[in-house]
Amino acid sequence: MKFSQEFEQRFADMLTHYPTKRSALVPTLLYAQDEAGALTDEVIVELAQRLDLTELEVRNVISYYSMLTTKPRGKYNVQVCTNIACMLRGGEELLNHCQKKLGIGHKGTTQDGLFSLEEVECIGACSWAPAVQVNYDFHENLTVDKMDQVLDEYKKKGTM
Amino acid sequence: MASLVSHPDEVRVISKRFGQGATDIDRYLQLDGYKAVQKALSMQPDAIINEVKNSGLRGRGGAGFSTGMKWSFVPKQSAKPKYVLCNGDESEPGTCKDRLIFEHDPHSVIEGVMIAAIAVQSHTGYIYIRGEYRYLSVIMQKAIKDAYAKGFLGKNIFGSGYDLDIYWHGGAGAYEVGEESALMESLEGKRGVPRIRPPFPAVVGLWGGPTVINNAETLAAVPHIILGGAEWYAGLGTPKNGGTRLFCLSGNLNKPGVYELPMGYNLKKMIYEVGGGIPNGRGLKAVVPGGSSTPVLLPEEIDIPMDFDSVGKAGSMLGSGGVVVLDDTTCIVNFALRTIKFYQHESCGWCIPCREGTDWLKKTLTRFHAGAGLKKDIDNIYYLSENMLGKTFCPLGDAAAMPTMAFVKKFRKEFEDHLDGKPCPFEKAADRIPAMA
Ligand SMILES: Cc1cc2nc3c(=O)[nH]c(=O)nc-3n(C[C@H](O)[C@H](O)[C@H](O)COP(=O)(O)O)c2cc1C
Ligand code: SF4
Ligand code: FES
Repeated sequence: MKFSQEFEQRFADMLTHYPTKRSALVPTLLYAQDEAGALTDEVIVELAQRLDLTELEVRNVISYYSMLTTKPRGKYNVQVCTNIACMLRGGEELLNHCQKKLGIGHKGTTQDGLFSLEEVECIGACSWAPAVQVNYDFHENLTVDKMDQVLDEYKKKGTM
Repeated sequence: MASLVSHPDEVRVISKRFGQGATDIDRYLQLDGYKAVQKALSMQPDAIINEVKNSGLRGRGGAGFSTGMKWSFVPKQSAKPKYVLCNGDESEPGTCKDRLIFEHDPHSVIEGVMIAAIAVQSHTGYIYIRGEYRYLSVIMQKAIKDAYAKGFLGKNIFGSGYDLDIYWHGGAGAYEVGEESALMESLEGKRGVPRIRPPFPAVVGLWGGPTVINNAETLAAVPHIILGGAEWYAGLGTPKNGGTRLFCLSGNLNKPGVYELPMGYNLKKMIYEVGGGIPNGRGLKAVVPGGSSTPVLLPEEIDIPMDFDSVGKAGSMLGSGGVVVLDDTTCIVNFALRTIKFYQHESCGWCIPCREGTDWLKKTLTRFHAGAGLKKDIDNIYYLSENMLGKTFCPLGDAAAMPTMAFVKKFRKEFEDHLDGKPCPFEKAADRIPAMA
């Protein structure tokens, strides 16, 4: 398993931050997933070994956190918040629109692997609702038109 | 990046440096940064704690516990290392304020953690930021690095002989991890299942050592209190509710946004003047005053000061500062359903009343809203919630039960309007997106 130099540097630093190795697990899993696309068997074995954990211990943690996944998502993971503040300003309509436009449902991935879609809980953008996160980027105060623009831009970027 | 707003009634303490480029450490220094911690280093630890106690600062994470009091519970002598843990998991629906602090003034959080550490004589702090806030984690990592480079962190800080390390930490998606004991589990690399209390974290916390856990906004207030004095800070708010707080106005408002207002600011004024009132000529139906777990208030209940005690007296809670405004096209049954869906999803599953209760409520409300409700469901929804209240392992069960009970109690008629196969009376009432654009 090969991670970037940045990953290795951060990981080495992190191990000096805690009295136990295991403490580095949660953030490390997320950074590893970002590089590998998913927490594959290979990644899990590698991290378990590095942190002196069993594979099962690592899998147990993975299944708890909603951002962590063992299955690859699309290149752009479109996360639509439908929680209360977004719901009041059209979050559900936005989700329906994305489903239609992308032709996929909750946790689905388009055939070209470009997009996946997720209905998510509050992402801390309530005052700028309705809001969507594409991977880690926030898109706020959305309308259906603005959502289309956002998706089109990612499509262009992803097929370049 | 989240956009900033302003209103003449704002009193800017926490948000003083927003939009001023204070992520840059030199700019932060120009704006009185890292002065408070140097002052704290010259004070007796007990004097710092007393100052914070007298300021009337109460936890901005939700429960509103006195911050100085919390710090005073940390034992003076401890065989195990003591820790300070900043809670930046910010996931209570309606809440989006810690995000702005991390984005615009990360050093104020670092400085707050430093002062808390000095007050309880701890040498290690952690700043936990939810996984979704990756860009803020990047900002924080840089801020910490810059503070080390200046010698503000590490060995012998500011030449005082005091050693202090602060590290960032990241989550990976889980509301429950915001609960203080689950937060510690998560930081220790485990599932976010809460711990039994007592012992409280102040006595037995991270890796068994005494641990102070505070919300990011609480900690960001501390340097201002040390510099400005307890009396000044307390005077900004109402008795026993010192200072200001970041109110996150959201929902059906003309000018939603995060505004810093004095504690005790009138809720009605907050909605109609600061938030600009309800758009599209619609009426006010209800207000969720402090994040999704707080009981809903009716329009006739909102002429109240927004401080912990007054909102408590009105039968709700000031909570996390998330004020969610519902206009009269909102279906309360659907709103209650969305609220409970969240708690069902986030329940960690450890204890039965919460795991089964939220699931049962979700199923009942889903069926009910879809038009297959029975009259007895209404009482059942209330009864189920009532039976979770106070009977769960951590307060997430209460957070699910309290709002649900209030929805049923205050909007029973609307539940009844969904009976007998009648379609939801609000289904077609509003085309939300174009109306808001
Ligand atoms: C289910 C649940 C979720 C919570 N989420 C958060 C959170 O995201 N951020 C936070 O600061 N406090 C949260 N809290 C409150 C914390 O348990 C804790 O009381 C708080 O961080 C203490 O800081 P304070 O005294 O400064 O408010 C949550 C509590 C519960 C029960
Ligand atoms: S109340 Fe809910 S979240 Fe808290 S321990 Fe029980 S199951 Fe877990
Ligand atoms: S409810 Fe959607 S971001 Fe908070």
